Amino acid sequence: MMAETIRAEFRGRIGKFSLDAGFTAPSKGVTALFGPSGCGKTTVLRCIAGLLRMGDGVCEIDGELWQDRDGTFLPTHKRPLGYVFQEASLFPHLSVRRNLMFGAPRRSDGASRERIAFDEVVDLLRVTPLLERSPRNLSGGERQRVAIGRALLSQPKLLLMDEPLSALDRATKNEILPFLERLRDRLSLPVVYITHDIAEVERLADQIVLMEKGHVLAAGPLADLQSDPSLPLAMARDAAVTLDGVVEAHDARYGLLTLRVPGGRFVAPAPPALVGEHRRIHVVARDVSLARETPGPSSILNILPGRVVAAKPVESNEILAVIALGAGGSGARLLSRLTRKSWEQLGLAEGVNVYSQVKAVALGPGRGDFSE
Amino acid sequence: MEAFAHIWEPVRLTLELAAITTLALIVVATPLAWWLARSHARWKEIVATIVSLPMVLPPTVLGFYLLIALGPDGPGGAVASLWGARTLAFTFWGLVIGSIIASMPFVVQPIRNAFAAVGDRPLEVAATLRASPARAFWTVALPLASPGLLTGAVLGFAHTVGEFGVVLMIGGNIPGRTKVMSTAIYDYVETTQWREANILALGMVVFAFAVILSMITIEKRFARARA
Repeated sequence: MMAETIRAEFRGRIGKFSLDAGFTAPSKGVTALFGPSGCGKTTVLRCIAGLLRMGDGVCEIDGELWQDRDGTFLPTHKRPLGYVFQEASLFPHLSVRRNLMFGAPRRSDGASRERIAFDEVVDLLRVTPLLERSPRNLSGGERQRVAIGRALLSQPKLLLMDEPLSALDRATKNEILPFLERLRDRLSLPVVYITHDIAEVERLADQIVLMEKGHVLAAGPLADLQSDPSLPLAMARDAAVTLDGVVEAHDARYGLLTLRVPGGRFVAPAPPALVGEHRRIHVVARDVSLARETPGPSSILNILPGRVVAAKPVESNEILAVIALGAGGSGARLLSRLTRKSWEQLGLAEGVNVYSQVKAVALGPGRGDFSE
Repeated sequence: MEAFAHIWEPVRLTLELAAITTLALIVVATPLAWWLARSHARWKEIVATIVSLPMVLPPTVLGFYLLIALGPDGPGGAVASLWGARTLAFTFWGLVIGSIIASMPFVVQPIRNAFAAVGDRPLEVAATLRASPARAFWTVALPLASPGLLTGAVLGFAHTVGEFGVVLMIGGNIPGRTKVMSTAIYDYVETTQWREANILALGMVVFAFAVILSMITIEKRFARARA
């Protein structure tokens, strides 16, 4: 039994494009399909939805076979999924309310209790004032919110989202992202989310499937892939790791949160939060400096002991180092990007114990909400 | 007053014929247009061409073949024999069949274009919302294509009202049964009843004007609504 798992393997050609992509991911949280435009992300998503049929394909969701090589192929309308397209694609001849209710199970279907209630979705997506309006009179962001609500109300067991933000401008993206975060945190609904924007991945994804030219490069937990120097994520100029921090304390006087991650603690300026809540911490490789000894008095609030576990040259003058936090180097991993000059002057190498230094303000809000 | 009754009969018959023909055409042409718009079959354009033939053929050619098909030795005769008649030619129902075929392209074309304009996306969305293909057709494709259906119906009705050649060939211009407005005008002119011919002709001009104007208005309104 492959319960609680998304398994997707598709191979075939569409015109000149050849796809040979397969991945397995836990069917909980957000799985991001990430890669450059034209790498086959949408094709994979359409295959999962059954909108596209690859002769050679397997699609298994929570132990249910939607497609198999023996010819099993469930038509789209029999798959319990929700699909949010790049453009909202609302039905222009129906009101917002009737759009929302289009896929909702009819009363007569009885037994299956609604897991996602109308009032909850309308409230979550703030579409109450729009209900009786026509989709024609909505803004781009409003339309996309209705489209998300419409998909949710069909009571899916899996939500597929194809770059739902890419057709929107920055301001509208910032308006929708919090909805998606709330969605992820409030509904226990697995999501497969396509994007080519790393900031969206960092804010939303739990797992990531890296795609390139019709192939899957790697798949796994976000932080694992971010800190793998053999993958393009870690080598990018804006490389970062996303850590799951648990709130330990809130310093009301300075407006700082103390967040615990495996092997260390971070202090970051942030709005108040309750002890025990989870917060994502994005640590950008360029913001992490390394020291061999604890420095003296410094403005840097985050100085965490750890160990260099991997290093890779970037071009001829820079080094990307992977640091494992904690005295024994068993905790969460950080990336640090530094000059080869510093690397050599400090005598750094794999296995060396170091202190990672991160300015608290580098962890503050800003990154990932698309404001430059 | 008697003259009025004389003129009214072909008018009534024309409206009856056009109404029945239009209804039948919507029922037949809609699934055909759907298939032409959605199918990937290579031979679908052959079917589309056959359906379009009445647009370019002289009505006499169409009428000639219909006459043979509806006559005692054709399939029409076989159908007529079910209720003891010899032929469907020179009957009202023969006219209905002829009109359906003659007006078919004018109905299929706008409906096909409307279905094509709906595109794949709304149907894909419907499928991802658990709508079976049948439900997607009735609740999404058909409403979205409704301007095309309306245009098709208006054109089909108007073309049936205006058909002359086919009606003359297979109808025989029998008063009360197959004598419609277009052929009645011909009769009136032949028998130099200018006043009657004038009334009918003017009526048809007004009718044609109203049809074209209403179509333009419909199209404009929908274009605005769907923008």
